[in-house]
Amino acid sequence: MKVTAEDVRHIATLSRLTVPEAEMEKFTEQFNQIINYADILQQIDTTDIEPTAHVLPVANVLREDVVQEGVAHEDAMKNAPAVHNDGFKVPRVIE
Amino acid sequence: MELYKLTAHELHDKLVNKEISSVELTNACFARIDEVEDQVKAYVTLDREGALAQAAKVDAKIAAGEAIAPLAGVPGAIKDNISTKGLRTTCSSKMLDNFIPIFDAHVIKNLRADETIFLGKTNLDEFAMGSTTEHSFYGPSHNPWDLSRVPGGSSGGSAAAIAACEAIWTLGSDTGGSIRQPASFNGCVGIKPTYGRVSRYGCVAFASSLDQIGPITKDVTDAAIVLNTICGNDKMDSTSLDVAVPDFTKALVSDVKGLKIGLPKEYFGEGIDAKVKEQIQMAIKKYEELGAEIVEVSLPHTEYAVITYYIIAPAEASANLARFDGVRYGYRNAEAVSAPEMTTLSRTEGFGAEVRRRIMLGNYVLSTGYYDAYYKKAMQVRTLIRKDFEEAFKQCDVLLTPTSPVTAYPIDGKMDPLAIYMLDVTTIPVNMAGLPGISIPCGFADGLPVGMQIIGKPLDEETVLRAAYTFEQATEFHKAIAPLGGNK
Repeated sequence: MKVTAEDVRHIATLSRLTVPEAEMEKFTEQFNQIINYADILQQIDTTDIEPTAHVLPVANVLREDVVQEGVAHEDAMKNAPAVHNDGFKVPRVIE
Repeated sequence: MELYKLTAHELHDKLVNKEISSVELTNACFARIDEVEDQVKAYVTLDREGALAQAAKVDAKIAAGEAIAPLAGVPGAIKDNISTKGLRTTCSSKMLDNFIPIFDAHVIKNLRADETIFLGKTNLDEFAMGSTTEHSFYGPSHNPWDLSRVPGGSSGGSAAAIAACEAIWTLGSDTGGSIRQPASFNGCVGIKPTYGRVSRYGCVAFASSLDQIGPITKDVTDAAIVLNTICGNDKMDSTSLDVAVPDFTKALVSDVKGLKIGLPKEYFGEGIDAKVKEQIQMAIKKYEELGAEIVEVSLPHTEYAVITYYIIAPAEASANLARFDGVRYGYRNAEAVSAPEMTTLSRTEGFGAEVRRRIMLGNYVLSTGYYDAYYKKAMQVRTLIRKDFEEAFKQCDVLLTPTSPVTAYPIDGKMDPLAIYMLDVTTIPVNMAGLPGISIPCGFADGLPVGMQIIGKPLDEETVLRAAYTFEQATEFHKAIAPLGGNK
């Protein structure tokens, strides 16, 4: 297998996710199935082929820097899971 | 008269002629929803109060003799990944179970300006990741043609709502086929516009270079009417095209004489169900009878499109879904004792299995050591897929393919992820190239609808609509009503 359970744990950490140990085997197997299939792309010669990140020929879209109404503080807090002193409350960040 | 069975353009005429009121029509839609929704489960959220209040406003306007927009007073439904101010928008995810948007998507703003009615928000695969609507936190939707089968996805709720007559028109979103495939499975019309035609502002981002909003409707005319309202440039989406929007209803001309229809040979190969193929071949014959010219073309990189998509889309998704950190909105694990732990637990518990799988796939292909082998390679192959279409369109005006190689399959979760991914081979390349594509009903196989896909050149929705309209006028498939049968 290309991708080991150890790799999966590492990717999970990067993704701020965890994979329950009970699901690890099946998850790793399905992950490998997809990644192994991706190897068919190696059959194609892509020398000197420009990558397409976007189909449109759009460049940066610029506008005048003018002051306008932003999101109201009260609105911004409406969906917050926890609020303290008008701010987003989170658990301790630094020990 | 069963008003809920009619199309938007038929109902508009009745509203204007004062044969019916919008309140009456809206009530008829809710009565229909009450009758069948426990079997179909197309909706996540209903908004009876908001819908009826809006209907009353439109009725007052009609009574006052004022002119109304084509969709005014005509009830529709919105895929639940499109932001509606003040109306819960969940993406069918536990992550956003309580999320009430503070702004409207651009398309919603436009629809509100036309005084249309929103019945509610429709079910989808969580964050639009899936082809079955089984990956919804709220449970699967059911196909009104056979309730034991999937409605397709990810806009499965929007398509099932149309097939079950639970809405007159709906919006979906399409990243790799999520409008066209469910339209095909449910016997509806669904169009994915050219990338950039419709602003993505307020459509919760899945894969930003591929996502596009579009209508799912009962016929091609309604699709053109909804397009007229939702298309157009928007300063809030820098990928929205600053191009003139034609009146798409003017493209509804029943004439394909001399139209060159290309059949990409790779779409008619082994993986296609024989009965689906038979229906598509009959549709091709019909086009020939109607005076179109059929040419065979080739899109040689088709076989690589699915895996290319399953590298690019998860890569973009992994970045887009990084915003769900449990801090400002969305689900939070309340027991975590540190901020990093809070984020990890909130994401693990808030996202379903398929979303977690795709985020991890995306981070894998973007990670050091794999970026060139997977992500960059996929972007290069995407260029080749685009060029295939450019070459093909030198020989024809539109392309015709099956929308899906199969009809709706059973809801049983028995297929492995890769096998389901592979079935998107007919729709994915269209997103990769940013082209417009429509699915329209073209027959039945064992009582299940078969959809035909018509793909156009960039920004040439008009030719796509004309080809679709001409076929529709010459056939009766779009008029069939789903029986709400089968074994649930």
